[in-house]
Amino acid sequence: MKTVVIEPTYEAWRDAARELLGEMVEPRNVIWQARLPRDAGEELLDFSEEVTRPSANRCHGFKVSREFMQLAKTVGSHRSGRQWSLMYEVLWAMTYGNDKTLLRRATDTRVRTLEKMRGMVSRDIHKMRAFVRFREVMAEDQNGEAREHYVAWFEPDHRIVRLNAPFFRKRFGGMNFSILTPDECMHWNGVKIRYSEGVSKDYAPEEDELEDLWRGYYRSIFNPARLKIKMMQSEMPKKYWKNLPEAEIIEELIRDSSDQVNRMMKEENRELKQRPNNKYLDHLDDLNRNDIEE
Amino acid sequence: MNTLRKLEILADAAKYDASCASSGAAKKDSSKGQGIGSTGGTGICHSYTPDGRCISLLKVLLTNVCLYDCHYCINRRSSNVRRALFTPEEVVDLTISFYKRNYIEGLFLSSGIVRSADYTMELVVRVAKLLRKEHHFKGYIHLKTIPEASPELIIEAGKYADRLSINIELPRHESLQKLAPEKSLVRTRDAMQTINSKISETIQARKEMRKVNSRAKRPSFATGQSTQMIVGADGSNDSDFLKRSEDMYGNFKMRRVYYSAFSPIPEPSVVLPLKAPPLVREHRLYQADWLLRFYQFKVGELTTEAEPNLDLDIDPKLSWALRNRDLFPLDINTAQLEMLYRIPGLGVRNAQRIVRVRSYHRVGLEDLIKLRVNLKKTMPFMICSDHNPAKLELSSEALRLKFAPPPEQMELDFSSLVPMLEADTKEDLKAKEAQQKMTAIAGKEARHGEF
Repeated sequence: MKTVVIEPTYEAWRDAARELLGEMVEPRNVIWQARLPRDAGEELLDFSEEVTRPSANRCHGFKVSREFMQLAKTVGSHRSGRQWSLMYEVLWAMTYGNDKTLLRRATDTRVRTLEKMRGMVSRDIHKMRAFVRFREVMAEDQNGEAREHYVAWFEPDHRIVRLNAPFFRKRFGGMNFSILTPDECMHWNGVKIRYSEGVSKDYAPEEDELEDLWRGYYRSIFNPARLKIKMMQSEMPKKYWKNLPEAEIIEELIRDSSDQVNRMMKEENRELKQRPNNKYLDHLDDLNRNDIEE
Repeated sequence: MNTLRKLEILADAAKYDASCASSGAAKKDSSKGQGIGSTGGTGICHSYTPDGRCISLLKVLLTNVCLYDCHYCINRRSSNVRRALFTPEEVVDLTISFYKRNYIEGLFLSSGIVRSADYTMELVVRVAKLLRKEHHFKGYIHLKTIPEASPELIIEAGKYADRLSINIELPRHESLQKLAPEKSLVRTRDAMQTINSKISETIQARKEMRKVNSRAKRPSFATGQSTQMIVGADGSNDSDFLKRSEDMYGNFKMRRVYYSAFSPIPEPSVVLPLKAPPLVREHRLYQADWLLRFYQFKVGELTTEAEPNLDLDIDPKLSWALRNRDLFPLDINTAQLEMLYRIPGLGVRNAQRIVRVRSYHRVGLEDLIKLRVNLKKTMPFMICSDHNPAKLELSSEALRLKFAPPPEQMELDFSSLVPMLEADTKEDLKAKEAQQKMTAIAGKEARHGEF
């Protein structure tokens, strides 16, 4: 039995898996353990016979389908840690088991579990892109001059900061920003992405002056005549609300909606106003007559 | 008037347009460090309001002053609503400030008609031009187009926008004449044609430049157009709506046709009394629309001359299947993919998965459970390795009863608007919860298209 201790990243798993494949270690003989990022450097108490710390960058020439790589890259971010052994099992089956089409069989239990995990991570990635909210702060650049910097706080379900970094860099290329999370933080200065250790929420700014406008917009774009609270919550679960400035007014909007609609329903119908004298409307009348003749 | 007040008026004025899409744009981004913004992936919904709709774009009017008198519209000239006007610069500022905070994917700009179609269109185009040229904005821009504006202006709008749209509003000429006397179906369709040919022309030109590896700047133009119809404002039946949609998808390659239940507005018109929004009908139309676009159905299959309206109690695919019981059960291990699409409860993606899986082994109930197929709906209509419903001998009528909700849940009325907190009794609460659940599920189905 072999215990493999890796950093919880796809790259670390890949390096270890390559080595294990090279040594033909069967999946049932491997125990995968993730080293918690905060414990990095500390020795892990380990009672197994043999502990392997994989050495990186030794290529054994195993060919793996692009499909699998993509799956593994995403699933590698799953926080549970259950993915490492599953990924290795599937990799083994595809390599030594000669089961090249395994991934196409959506009903295989292992594939299904991995796909489910991929779904969870992808959803998290998507929700991060949706619900990150930047707040503006004034910062100093190298020359001591003030320039705007945007800071967001987000609490992802999975370790997705690095997977999402290219997206944010491409989207906010011309803007200096930081995204803070408990896992790790991402910073962009217009030239390079930099990562730093995770922080707590206290590090993030608490407000932004645009937020009143944003809430004003949120209030006005809501249609009280078609309340569908469950629908909103299925797409924007409550767990995200605490970091969304607009969520503050959700309850109030719901509470007032029926009054608002009742008021509308009771209003008297407005009579037609006289058509103003306007050349353009005359022109439209002519056009409309022609349309009908056609 | 300060910006907040203007924003409130002009967003309120824009909320009856259901379009929220921000996908399908050409790939562009700001990674070169100039400006901000990116498009090209799937659109992102940045927030949801309690009506279950997503906020993806800053959806505002440039002004809600309007010469037209469309009776379903809060901004018509006969309404006494407060009027406001943004300057193009104000809209640009708001868009950029919202975008930088990641509230939105971009801008959806529309406007009341002031002075003339061309004058208004020029203002709208100016906003888009400022965003793209002055601010290097690479986010999504959707511009509402005025059919009566000159084709040159419409084409200029398309240069800056990712999407253009003109609302057809109502499916039939007669109702448009009555409810929107200034508008015309003929002119709207003409303008859609102008947009459609320019889109195809641009795609063609880009293709040819790619072929010869030309380094010259490739022409850019909006990648799609969409439209909207108001449901429940006129006497049109569902068949009228779906036939108009077929016209829209077929003749103008619309990306989307939106259906917007006519919902109460402040300042109701004497010509068009207010009523509860027909939300279930709207939902059924979306489902039928989905069947037309992705499931290879024809309008003539979904509605009939005898029954020109969709069944409100059950979804249109189930309804079609019950009218065609003789085609079922289908064997999912042998039936063609196109026929799998027709099995109630089986979505496009799962149908495709089944075709893949069955080339390895025969598909049984366990596989379907793993694929999370809606078995309750599917089982009466299909045969698989360990299931054959022939023995069940359920008649179409018995099946319909099995799936149709009890009659009191059929149409949403305003009692469902009273939030659950205010329910008087426990039974009330239960009924309301059930109702909300139904609409929630219904809404979800419409968006994901698996039913």
